Amino acid sequence: MDVLYFAWLRERVGHPRERIETRAGNIRELVAELAAMDEWHAAALADLSAVRVAVDQELADLDTELSGAREVAFFPPMTGG
Amino acid sequence: MSARVQTEAFEIGTELAGFGHGAGAIVTFSGLVRDEGGRLVALEIEHYPGMTEKSLEAHGKAAAERFGLIDWIIIHRHGRLEVGEPIMMVATAARHRAAAFEGAEFLMDWLKSRAPFWKREITLEGPGDWVEASVSDEDALTRW
Repeated sequence: MDVLYFAWLRERVGHPRERIETRAGNIRELVAELAAMDEWHAAALADLSAVRVAVDQELADLDTELSGAREVAFFPPMTGG
Repeated sequence: MSARVQTEAFEIGTELAGFGHGAGAIVTFSGLVRDEGGRLVALEIEHYPGMTEKSLEAHGKAAAERFGLIDWIIIHRHGRLEVGEPIMMVATAARHRAAAFEGAEFLMDWLKSRAPFWKREITLEGPGDWVEASVSDEDALTRW
């Protein structure tokens, strides 16, 4: 699965994208796996109230299931316009 | 009916040529880079390629259906934008003005807090903080 990061999450993790093998059933489990990888991931994902997520480019939440997902993205609340 | 994400500047008049044929009302809105009291020299705008285009297109269509728009345009830029430059524009065309205004406001409220764009401030010292989402922008969505 591809995991993408944008804005300050990208800066904290240190790269914009990575390919991972995971058995996580939902976003909450995936976050726990990522945060356990190293201190940079842990710092980026420390405060989930400040993090939004998309699964295959559709907005999702922590309970969204991951079966068949190809791409998960983490980013701060959007500030367009 | 078009949604575009681009680095290039755009010109509203050019974009409106041929827009909204048959409409009785056209509303346009454009957002410009503010200097925030002289503090900023530019904004850096990041987006999520792929998701951005899809979501702009989907919301343009949703607005057209909900408000009965005859035509719509959404353009949003990314990259480095200097103070005073246009960041984005929305245009809506409808038979009557209420629908055109409402459609434009709906699209703007949605763009501010649901389209995958992020802004970073650039000051004289260089790249600064990412702009935090505002509670009022989030609250604005609840009216729809």
